[in-house]
Amino acid sequence: MPDAEIISIGPRAVRAPATAKPKQTSAGRARAARVPAAAKPVTAKPERSTPKPVTPKPVTPEPVTPEPVTPAAGIPAPTLPSTGPRRGSARCKATGVDGVRCRAVAESTGFCAEHRSMTAVETDERGPVSDHPADVAEPAEWERKVAGALAFLRRRITGDYEVDEFGFDADLTEHVLMAPLRPLFAHYFRVETRGLENVPDTGAALLVANHSGTIPLDAMMTQLTLLDHHPAHRHLRMLGADLVFRLPGIGPVARKGGNTLACHADAERLLGSGHLCGVWPEGFKGIGKPFSERYKLQRFGRGGFVSAALRTGVPIIPCSIIGAEEIYPMIANLKTVARILGLPYLPITPTFPLLGPLGAIPLPSKWIIEFGEPIETAQFGPGAADDPMLVFGVTDQVRETIQQTLYRLLLQRRSVFF
Amino acid sequence: MRPRVVLVTGVSRYLGGRIAALLQADPEIERVVGVDTVPPKGDLGRTEFLRADIRNPLIAKVLAAASVDTVVHMNVIATPLGAGGRSTMKEINVIGTMQLLAACQKAPSMSRLVVKSTTSVYGSSPRDPALFTEDTEPRELPRTGYAKDAVEVEGYVRGFGRRRPDVTLTVLRFTNFIGPRIETPLTRYFSLPVVPAVLGYDPRLQFCHEDDGIEVLRRATLEDHPGIYNVGGAGVLLLSQAARRAGRPSVPVPSPAVALVGRVFRRAGLVDYSVEQLHFLEHGRAVDIRRLREQFGYSPAYTTMSAFDDFVRGRGLHKVINPDVVKRTEQTLLGALTRRPGRA
Repeated sequence: MPDAEIISIGPRAVRAPATAKPKQTSAGRARAARVPAAAKPVTAKPERSTPKPVTPKPVTPEPVTPEPVTPAAGIPAPTLPSTGPRRGSARCKATGVDGVRCRAVAESTGFCAEHRSMTAVETDERGPVSDHPADVAEPAEWERKVAGALAFLRRRITGDYEVDEFGFDADLTEHVLMAPLRPLFAHYFRVETRGLENVPDTGAALLVANHSGTIPLDAMMTQLTLLDHHPAHRHLRMLGADLVFRLPGIGPVARKGGNTLACHADAERLLGSGHLCGVWPEGFKGIGKPFSERYKLQRFGRGGFVSAALRTGVPIIPCSIIGAEEIYPMIANLKTVARILGLPYLPITPTFPLLGPLGAIPLPSKWIIEFGEPIETAQFGPGAADDPMLVFGVTDQVRETIQQTLYRLLLQRRSVFF
Repeated sequence: MRPRVVLVTGVSRYLGGRIAALLQADPEIERVVGVDTVPPKGDLGRTEFLRADIRNPLIAKVLAAASVDTVVHMNVIATPLGAGGRSTMKEINVIGTMQLLAACQKAPSMSRLVVKSTTSVYGSSPRDPALFTEDTEPRELPRTGYAKDAVEVEGYVRGFGRRRPDVTLTVLRFTNFIGPRIETPLTRYFSLPVVPAVLGYDPRLQFCHEDDGIEVLRRATLEDHPGIYNVGGAGVLLLSQAARRAGRPSVPVPSPAVALVGRVFRRAGLVDYSVEQLHFLEHGRAVDIRRLREQFGYSPAYTTMSAFDDFVRGRGLHKVINPDVVKRTEQTLLGALTRRPGRA
């Protein structure tokens, strides 16, 4: 969990009283512990910082020390902090090899007592030049972002974008609908994806996954995985229950996000035109099941998804999602109230409705999404869809594959939250 | 077989007038007879106009006397305001069609019937597939207004087809017409300075450009195309997107209030609004036009988007939100933000 460490250290170090020695703060202690450790595996260490993409480190001078004997010899490679100029010289400018900036109070040299030795290297080799690349590289990045955001706004205001016949708005999905999910994906659920290579770069495929978690966050995370992390950045077009499209507010957003009604006509139309299609055949039975039945797959509908795949001859990709079961552990279901409200279930979780709106905050479980090997259907021919025995057989095969993968992943998982 | 004598009903309205004008310009057609209850506004050339009500049996005499071989039935009207009330509209639509079909059945010269229908026969509901094909059984049949009339008209037309299998029967289900000249409730809707939308919904709309509509009607009249065809431009526009392309802000109104606002506007004669349009404004409708392309052999020249843009351009709609201003603002903002004022 390198991310969490990095995030928590920064603010604490800043908050340290100006007179305090860096070593007396907890952050200082942590750093002190790390610096000697950095002495031996300098080459191995930097990869710990890779998950944090925010700090642009193109300016990092690799080996500042001219002599190549035992790299850096215990001295962390220094970096000019990219946001340094605005902060003034009150903070140490050095950056440890693990990518964590030492932000202790600086002396007149611009470094703290611990990093004083950096000064010589810093000033004569990089000092005058180093301002430049940082200044040029950084604004170019945010300028591009601002320009992109403004162009997006202009497109939205003037209606200059395409919506496909299902109502899918790719522009909106990529820039707006997925945006709040990205931090959830990376930092909250820390989703680990496996087997992305099983999803083809082009052409139709039917992704079948287990459903859980009271609200369909698992579907959204799967969509985000394929959009952001698949090499071909594929849009997942999902098939949803008709309730979704009946709800004002939610229905139109669902359509814009690439969902459409789960029916044969739409499934075959999407698959027939080469889209990557996603179904959660357990439906409300899966998403609204009690916590005690977690990771036990429910009935896979009537196998309608299999006949759609058979008719179009596309491969079925079983997808197993671990972690979504624990985000809202449903301990009871108010069936009567749900029936009155016309909802499929009304969950009671440890926090909902006890804590009111706070109950809507999911628990930060650790997620794994694994895409399994595709199950080919082309060899059966389109007529096979009318053979109920075969349809049941394939449905069972897909269900068993997902169930077994779930058990295997659960065994590998160390804990629910890590 | 080329038609010799063509009868066009509903000739005094825009599309009827245009198709009659087109047919009378064809030298191979001997006679074009136009029927309507009101005289046509424009010049119909050599079209013989007959002021008759298709609701009375006179129409049978006309068919027999002129030995009409092709009937283009365009008299299913969508707007109660123009017809003089809902009950009159229903009578013209349903009873009128019954009379016309009864007359056609008795006319031995009949060889082709073209019916202008509408995609509103599919209704609008969240439980339907994204695209309707001609064979889709809608989950909820429309229960009121124009759409219900259209469903009944199609029912009678199917009955006629069974009784006169020798007659080539073409039913054209048009999506909402749009274009620089045609007047429909939807064109008036998008001409409003502020477009009211139903809160929490953003329907998919599909448009048929008037020129494409006329061309399909002409081909259906001149050539044999038995069957039912959806006719419309490719692709869809969302209501919000259409309003933006027309440069109009859209105002979300809660669903019960829409009915109220609609009634007020109808009283004021601004917008022809009826209840089934509320469902349309909530769930929208889009149809599959593959059969039109592949079997009928016509690819619409306009997509939904280009048809709508042509409407906005052709009407010279004053864009409340001017895209040029938006573009300039974007550049000004970008310039201001990237000048890096405080940077050394």
